[in-house]
Amino acid sequence: MKPFSFSKSDKVSKALSAKKEAVQFLAGGTNLVDLMKKNIAVPDGLIDISAVLSDKVEAQTVNTRIGAMVRNSALATDPQILAKNPLVAKAVLAGASPQIRNMASTAGNLLQRTRCPYFYETSTPCNKRNPGSGCSALHGEQRMSAIIGYNDACVAVHPSDLCIALAALSASVNVTDKGNKQLVIPFKDFHKLPESTPELDNHLPKDAIITSVDIPDNPFNKHFAYLKLRDRDSYAFALVSVAAALELEGNRIKDARLASGGVAHKPWRWQKAEQYLKGKEANAATFSAAAAMVADEVKPLPGNGFKKVMLMGAIETALQNCLTA
Amino acid sequence: MNGKNFYSRRFFLKTSGALAALAAIPATVKSFYLDAKRLIIPPRQKQPLIVKVNKQTHRLEADTRTTLLDLLREDLHLTGTKKGCDHGQCGACTVHVNGERVLSCLTLAATLPGKEVTTIEGLADGDQLHPMQEAFLECDGFQCGYCTPGQIMSAVACVKEGHTKSVAEIKEFMSGNLCRCGAYNGIVESIQKVAK
Ligand SMILES: Cc1cc2nc3c(=O)[nH]c(=O)nc-3n(C[C@H](O)[C@H](O)[C@H](O)COP(=O)(O)OP(=O)(O)OC[C@H]3O[C@@H](n4cnc5c(N)ncnc54)[C@H](O)[C@@H]3O)c2cc1C
Ligand code: SF4
Ligand code: FES
Ligand code: FES
Repeated sequence: MKPFSFSKSDKVSKALSAKKEAVQFLAGGTNLVDLMKKNIAVPDGLIDISAVLSDKVEAQTVNTRIGAMVRNSALATDPQILAKNPLVAKAVLAGASPQIRNMASTAGNLLQRTRCPYFYETSTPCNKRNPGSGCSALHGEQRMSAIIGYNDACVAVHPSDLCIALAALSASVNVTDKGNKQLVIPFKDFHKLPESTPELDNHLPKDAIITSVDIPDNPFNKHFAYLKLRDRDSYAFALVSVAAALELEGNRIKDARLASGGVAHKPWRWQKAEQYLKGKEANAATFSAAAAMVADEVKPLPGNGFKKVMLMGAIETALQNCLTA
Repeated sequence: MNGKNFYSRRFFLKTSGALAALAAIPATVKSFYLDAKRLIIPPRQKQPLIVKVNKQTHRLEADTRTTLLDLLREDLHLTGTKKGCDHGQCGACTVHVNGERVLSCLTLAATLPGKEVTTIEGLADGDQLHPMQEAFLECDGFQCGYCTPGQIMSAVACVKEGHTKSVAEIKEFMSGNLCRCGAYNGIVESIQKVAK
């Protein structure tokens, strides 16, 4: 690890004025410290922001506000989250381990970097780690790679579970920029596709801080499911994951949400399938038609064709699970 | 992110030892080398640190890079906490900070002032083992024992959190602790025993 200076901030404004490109914020450290050990992140300094940001979940008039420092374990057991957005709790509990969830913050989860094996292996080319060096996964091991929204520059996926639920529920991210201006970034615009800048994972302005995440009040707290398929039962990143939620009127689907992890550079919403589900009867035939629409959209790489079939099954099962939840 | 700079760092990291070994290198070359090295590799930064571990307060100086795991093992000589992967992937280094289970390998020591750390050495009450330690002995909760301190610290927290309603729940909430010997059945039994 490269030597660095360490300071603990007691105010957002102070943390922002101390922030520079080579100085990074430290929250739970579960991703950043790991990347520093591997010389993938090489900051000159760290600012511990764990004391400056809210660690509370608050009900507001039309939404639920999650403080940036709410730890994953606290989020998964919060009574308001369980009552109003239980899908979020399900997704969080599908991620990492109890120890890591005790450390990991909400904002840190949004900003965690990909788990593409080449990104972690510093002896191999990787455009995300070392722009312009090439993409080793493009002709390499693709088990963990994308099946939609990728390009030749990068085929990596965003590894979060929490973010899939937040995408499904149309959350938004509250940010304060370096000039102390407050911004609200809709979740769908927060993370980005690789484009020509795969080194950037999201649209968080340079040196800005995330202060909280809002989830608008919604009718998706009765029929919901989070399904995660991976190489072992627990404590592994998703091959594919599905967040599904239905609003039902009798047996008719009034509204639907469907999002996936493990498929793209950003949390992915299946909007065509959502549109299709609206107004339909909630039954196996409807669910399998929705899964087929999703399968039509994806373009697996030579090394991960299995993900298409896996995703279809996961979508059908998740939608079915919404009815029994 | 790390491009060229990283390789030049690597050059100095690799060559420093060789230079020290070769007494014949002229002093001017040596001093030029050291100047260049200082530019590329910033000197380590030490900070005073007050940490409370197992109810005892320690005052020391530590490199900002020190993890809680290395602080425990190297500075405080509390070697009960084990280093498995050093990357958050095995749970061998599990300790409690403010009563919650966390990974000491991903916790920077500099974040600890004001917090209380409990390690496997702090679990027993004098000669009286913690009930979880007794249970691991009775139920064969280990074989080689390397993962055991982490398993026990995690198990104590698992019971305290109330995640013991079924074998499936125990397994899910102990999944952050790997055991290469496969002592999982004994571990689950130990937890059931203490949870009763
Ligand atoms: C072994 C392992 C398994 C895991 N498995 C899963 C999994 O299955 N699913 C899953 O979703 N996640 C998983 N994770 C990832 C984990 O959830 C993330 O590492 C964690 O959420 C990051 O949060 P943190 O607070 O520790 O972030 P840190 O490591 O402290 O920070 C991460 C990044 O965010 C920046 N940052 C943090 N807070 C802010 C803020 N408020 N404003 C601006 N920038 C900020 C930091 O500067 C840094 O760049 C796993 C991690 C490990 C180590
Ligand atoms: S997929 Fe992205 S992260 Fe992986 S090697 Fe290619 S550029 Fe790097
Ligand atoms: S040594 Fe910390 S998790 Fe493996
Ligand atoms: S007892 Fe040997 S690794 Fe668990």
